[in-house]
Amino acid sequence: MAIDNQTVRKIAFLSRLKVEDDKIEPTKEEFNKILHWIEELNEVNTDKVEPLISVNNVTLKMRKDEVTSGNCKDEVLKNAPAAEYDYFAVPKVVE
Amino acid sequence: MAEYIIETNKGKWEIVVGLEIHCQIISKSKIFSSASTEFGDDPNVNVSFVDAGMPGMLPTLNKECVHQAVKTGLGLNAKINKYSEFSRKNYFYADMPTDYQITQFRYPIVGEGEITIDLSDGTTKKIGIERMHIEQDAGKSIHDLNPTKSYIDLNRAGVGLMEIVTKPDFRAPEEAGAFLRKLRSILRYLGTCDGNMDEGSMRCDVNVSVRPYGSNELRPRGEMKNVNSVKFVMQAIESEAKRHIEVYENGGQIEQETRQFDPTTGQSKLMRKKEFAHDYRYFPEPDLPPLVLSDEYINTVKAEMIELPDAKKQRFVETLGLTPYDAMVLCENKEYAAFFEQAAQGHDAKKVANWMMGDFFAMLNKKRLDISQSPVSAENLGNLVELISKDVISGKIAKDVFEIMSETGEDPEKIVEEKGLKQVTDTGAIEAIINEVIASNPDNVAAYKNGKTNLAGWFVGQVIKMSKGKANPSIVNKLIREKLDQ
Amino acid sequence: MSDITKLTVSEILKALKTKEFTSYELTEAYLRNMENNRNYNAYITENAEIALQQAKESDIRYAKGENRALEGIPLGIKDLFCTKNIRTTAASHILDNFIPPYESTVTQNLLDDGAVFLGKLNLDEFAMGGSNETSYFGPVINPWSKDKPLVPGGSSGGSAAAVAAHLCAAATGTDTGGSIREPAAFCGITGIKPTYGRCSRYGIVAFASSLDQAGPIAQDVRDCAILLKSMAGFDEKDSTSCEVAVPDYESFLDGDIKGLKIGLPKEYRPDGLNSEIAAYWDKAAEYLKARGAEVKWISLPHTKYALATYYVLAPAEASSNLARYDGIRYGFRADGQHLDDLYINTRTQGFGSEVKRRIMIGTYVLSAGYYDAYFLKAQKMRRLIHDDFMNAFKECDVILTPTSPITAFPIGDESMLENPINMYLNDVFTVSVNLAGLPALSLPIGLSAGGLPYGMQLIGKPFDEGTLFNVAAKIEADAKFERI
Repeated sequence: MAIDNQTVRKIAFLSRLKVEDDKIEPTKEEFNKILHWIEELNEVNTDKVEPLISVNNVTLKMRKDEVTSGNCKDEVLKNAPAAEYDYFAVPKVVE
Repeated sequence: MAEYIIETNKGKWEIVVGLEIHCQIISKSKIFSSASTEFGDDPNVNVSFVDAGMPGMLPTLNKECVHQAVKTGLGLNAKINKYSEFSRKNYFYADMPTDYQITQFRYPIVGEGEITIDLSDGTTKKIGIERMHIEQDAGKSIHDLNPTKSYIDLNRAGVGLMEIVTKPDFRAPEEAGAFLRKLRSILRYLGTCDGNMDEGSMRCDVNVSVRPYGSNELRPRGEMKNVNSVKFVMQAIESEAKRHIEVYENGGQIEQETRQFDPTTGQSKLMRKKEFAHDYRYFPEPDLPPLVLSDEYINTVKAEMIELPDAKKQRFVETLGLTPYDAMVLCENKEYAAFFEQAAQGHDAKKVANWMMGDFFAMLNKKRLDISQSPVSAENLGNLVELISKDVISGKIAKDVFEIMSETGEDPEKIVEEKGLKQVTDTGAIEAIINEVIASNPDNVAAYKNGKTNLAGWFVGQVIKMSKGKANPSIVNKLIREKLDQ
Repeated sequence: MSDITKLTVSEILKALKTKEFTSYELTEAYLRNMENNRNYNAYITENAEIALQQAKESDIRYAKGENRALEGIPLGIKDLFCTKNIRTTAASHILDNFIPPYESTVTQNLLDDGAVFLGKLNLDEFAMGGSNETSYFGPVINPWSKDKPLVPGGSSGGSAAAVAAHLCAAATGTDTGGSIREPAAFCGITGIKPTYGRCSRYGIVAFASSLDQAGPIAQDVRDCAILLKSMAGFDEKDSTSCEVAVPDYESFLDGDIKGLKIGLPKEYRPDGLNSEIAAYWDKAAEYLKARGAEVKWISLPHTKYALATYYVLAPAEASSNLARYDGIRYGFRADGQHLDDLYINTRTQGFGSEVKRRIMIGTYVLSAGYYDAYFLKAQKMRRLIHDDFMNAFKECDVILTPTSPITAFPIGDESMLENPINMYLNDVFTVSVNLAGLPALSLPIGLSAGGLPYGMQLIGKPFDEGTLFNVAAKIEADAKFERI
């Protein structure tokens, strides 16, 4: 499956990354090279193989319903590039 | 129920509606972090480093959220899946600190189920549940504090949600309304969600399509996000269906799209279109291994299950003799049902139900009180009914006694005693009054004897009036007739 | 006194106990080394003041006889571990001046055992790379470099270089596809990636969550055993960490290996394998045979597909893990009129090119229409690769392979830069282990003709790090590799 320029633009937008117009073509070429390499996986028939999701066979442990964190808004906000009135501030989001 | 058909001069249409309901799980801490779920605190107070999506932070699953979900699943008569998986739904969103939502995708915790809805004409209908999964809520943006900025509060980010997806089984707006009321009632019975749509703890997405009446096709649907009351859900269905029909009848096509219902106009509008459609790139959440529930666990939760509204309603009808309507109203609310059962204990259940449906609810309504704040206790209401049943007071006097009870909260027996309202059943005393009434109304006596026998009622009224309502009406009735017919 | 910074952790612990020198003196000595060797670019952030304070406290503990397992040992910490109140960068511009208000579980474990933190070590940006050249803070220079600067390997390049050049007594690393083992091999030292779930990932900046695992990089096998004991353990804050008891790894070092079955995977010996490393591999096998182990060829049939599998799964998880770097809550922010502009500008300027490449590849393989063909396919391949190992371990106890087919290469190497796949191919012997979640250790075996170290890799059964330490100690004793 080879990808086209429009797909590169779409992937860039989904990733919230900008690929300059003059870089679209080389990016596409590079991706196609990598994807072509990955497609060697198709040599193996995996129709009857269960995907491996969790490598260490643990099942999910659960936590007691207790409040043991939070109440640390200064620490939560201290690294924020823009915090105002104890909120994170961003450019106006148009609803 | 009567079919809901939209008829235009060009044809007949029916609607196909499905609902997706997000219900905030009642728990002390969030679903994947141990911060408080408390609502209404200062911004970013109930936020842990996990909720803020800090680097290296990892989710841990709250046991209570799973417990609540299993309870809810059982309440929806649904299959509890012993194996379920969390997945990430990837999209950039200012209120979602990791820019992905942890949800369940391929393997939800609850599978297919169904609930029965009660319709206004007394019939019922089964609505299928497609699935229910658990996930995390997002934070909230505040747009009106600054003209050029939005402010983000993450207090709600990470609160547990149950998303219930119905099958497209609704054929009328009323059915959707009845479903939401029944669902809310079940959730409140179980204590798994408070069901307050206006506060956003229960939020409804409505999917509407239409098709020519009688056909089986499924046409593209309009999805309306976050409709926040039962009434608006019904309005949204109506207006969206009309929009579709107009488009189709003018030769147009409906595209599957996300819309926003505006209650002020009663119309939905298209939400802003994005350059590229959403592509959520779901994949299994690598930070959380699969969730595996044992039969033993599921059975323990089953054993905890309380009687839900449908079962209760059936019992009230079958063993207590209530009408289906009264039973439905009393059972919709767990507190009503509990109050009723306590009041009816050892008394005439039907009479207690009548009193609750009538004077009691009217009183709460008038005083704007919650049932938990009622000045009339369940026990006293039961006692009042007992006084009527035992002919200690008449129904009419009982209304006066209830009036006093709702002011003072006193025991009706005490009121009756103190105010001397006990019904007079002593025939001698009643005869004396009757004699007096007959003596002072010779004209009416004559008229009665000449065939105007319906005057008997008037005599009864006079006697009761003279007894200040205390004379037992049936005794009065009997004696009056004996006297007049002599 | 000879140079105390050349001592191993076990030697230092003895010396501190017998008060040959103090932790303060030792820490000062490392800080001097760090200052004099800044050309290696091993540290991103030096932590001198706090380190000296910690050393002082350790000395008090020694005086009181209250010393803990790693009391006063000066360590370097890979800058992927969040350290409370110490800048943590993941070697990325996008985490610009991020100061975590929390401590990772692994570093907390080390602190609880009395360790001293000298500073934060350089790495490939977000641990994505095999040469430490993708760091926003510049490449690290391999202390073995001769005429031209060589890479230290990656991603834990700063950790390996710092340990090799004695800029710390030992270091922490993380390993997603070989990031502990390859730099350990390139720098002639020892490192172990434990079983997935052995060390908590809490507080470690995530790259690929299902593959990431922390481990120590140290001068010798014993030091790795000491460090891992301290770093490992179940953590309820990480749902993928395992509730398995952590043994005293040092106690395995003196075990014998008579009758132990050592497997050599034939797929790791293609015709083109460079003859130097092939010879060292044979030699390592000989050492073990001479000590009574049974050496046999085994098969890991899907080895060929491990790299491609890895380069689907790791970028996919990374694309999601790195979404949070959006300029809102921490780190670098570029302006933007609308929120999407802010996101795009921040991420485009904040991430380096290799990270961006992997985010986009990862986004693509998860996107609608491609998920089954790439991501699901790779998850199925992962199952096959995992099962290969499980089958192999029915026939052997430990697997012996080279760590890398090559030695350290020059910084800015043309062939590596012109095609990213060439760089990815260096991970050929290491990635399968991460896909299968197994423990694996790399230790130096000897030098190339050009005088650069080669590493051997030992792969163990899940949670059987102890046997790896046992076998590694034997190879180490026989190979008599001379460190810098």
